[in-house]
Amino acid sequence: MLKIERVTKIFGGLKALDDVSFSISAGEITGIIGPNGAGKTTLFNIITGIYGPSSGRIFYEGKDITGFPPEKLARLSMVRTFQGIELFGQMTVLENVMVGLHTKSRSGIIASALKLPGHLREERRIRERAGSLLEFTGIKDLAHTEAANLPFGKGRLLEIARAMAIEPHIILMDEPAAGLNSRETSDLAELIKKINNLGITVALVEHDMELVMEICSRIIVFNLGNKLAEGTPREIQEDEKVITAYLGED
Amino acid sequence: MKHEMLKFFIFATVILIAPVFLKGGYLMNVLIFVGIYTILAVALNLLLGLAGQISLGQAAFFGLGAYISGVLTATHAVNPWFSMVIAIVTVGMIAFIVGFPILKLKGHYLAMATLGMGIIVYIIFNETVDLTGGPSGLPGIPHLSFGGIIFDSDLKSYYLIWFFTIVVILLSVNLAASRIGRALRAIHDSEVAARTVGVNARLLKVQIFTISGMFSALAGSLYAHTVTFISPTSFGFNVSIELLTMVIIGGLGSIYGSFLGAAILTLLPEFFRTFQDYDIIVYGITLIVITMYMPGGLVRGVPLLVMSFFRGRPTSAPSEKSG
Repeated sequence: MLKIERVTKIFGGLKALDDVSFSISAGEITGIIGPNGAGKTTLFNIITGIYGPSSGRIFYEGKDITGFPPEKLARLSMVRTFQGIELFGQMTVLENVMVGLHTKSRSGIIASALKLPGHLREERRIRERAGSLLEFTGIKDLAHTEAANLPFGKGRLLEIARAMAIEPHIILMDEPAAGLNSRETSDLAELIKKINNLGITVALVEHDMELVMEICSRIIVFNLGNKLAEGTPREIQEDEKVITAYLGED
Repeated sequence: MKHEMLKFFIFATVILIAPVFLKGGYLMNVLIFVGIYTILAVALNLLLGLAGQISLGQAAFFGLGAYISGVLTATHAVNPWFSMVIAIVTVGMIAFIVGFPILKLKGHYLAMATLGMGIIVYIIFNETVDLTGGPSGLPGIPHLSFGGIIFDSDLKSYYLIWFFTIVVILLSVNLAASRIGRALRAIHDSEVAARTVGVNARLLKVQIFTISGMFSALAGSLYAHTVTFISPTSFGFNVSIELLTMVIIGGLGSIYGSFLGAAILTLLPEFFRTFQDYDIIVYGITLIVITMYMPGGLVRGVPLLVMSFFRGRPTSAPSEKSG
């Protein structure tokens, strides 16, 4: 589904990623873990087109997508969420999700300005669809709240609802549990499983080991810009390299 | 949605019947300019209030619209309506072409680039004397006419201008409430998140810049055919700043706020003639006071102020922000 081939990223002489290769299979929940500065977020940014790699290639559904901008990837059904969430703060929760449906609608500037009948029908359809996505993530009751006023945990759910709006084949989540309390984290785990059950591939960068071990079918461990290990949660927990370099003596 | 239509209907009705009460006085003449500046302020607001992209060169599009219409009709005797269309389309194309490189810039850099654009165009108006008449201006621009009616009196010009102003307001209100408007507001709040869900931010910014330019060109053409004489000073840097002031005073992102801003900044100097030489200082102070005490503009600030007055509480009611 997603294949990273010999990707290197250099920031001003510093190697954030050093010749990294791995793949993510369709239908799985893959966890990417590693200490701070291991290059996990850099990797996500390269995959999702925030910036390009210094060298190496990225393939998605058999297609070379190296250097594709995010808006093009969204049209290929790849979406991501952000560490520390990126919402449209001055818009309502419902409107945030309606923006997520941008690629699922097509009224242009002229149709919109003239309020042509097709545009009105489309608006109604988008509104209903956005409502059902809010129901899916359990924040329907907040539909008309301004996004900037949401508590952090709800903001995270909104970001996921908005990402789901593009009907992704793969969703990449950058530290989805960061800033959540334990109750919110377990709800998040259920939501991620529910998303995966719809046949959507999930990849997440995460520090919360309990969450990763619980929901991931496959784990990739990074350290200092290199891939350290790869395997099932059990294999990773027993891997000596991982234990010494990352998890510590325990 | 129903609410929006009602607001528009009330607004249009007030505009329609206003001349009955004014009985053609001097104020009537001023209101013609309020109409023209409303179009310009709304055009800038689409760019600044919706998409969050600043332009300090709006007067360039205004001036280009006026000069294209003016030169074609006064010098080459082209039909005024036809020259208006040419002016709008040409300015639209210029904005589209300029927009691609210029809108890659953000924040202060975009402000500087658009400022440069405004200054360059202003210099062109001044220096191409053979074409534009230079600093002494371009006289002899004909009035618009329609089915035997020549729009030459204040009353007739009022209805002509406000017809277009109301159309521009309606189109803008619709656009702001649409999928395109939402995508633009999304770009304003988080461009990277908007792109992640498939919004082509770069193209959309250029498109709204183009629309903004075309509305400004329409205002320019109407100005030329109403005043029948144009000179570069009407399209200088200070005009771009005035437009910015109108948008911010009225309220960023509020279409009717732009009308309010345009009305206040056009009417105030008429009432306070004594300020005339210091008007730029008055603008400056107004801008500072409004941005400090009413960051949402008058459209949002005044209702808050009124509410807090009747409740007898300070302006920052605690209920609003906690969610």
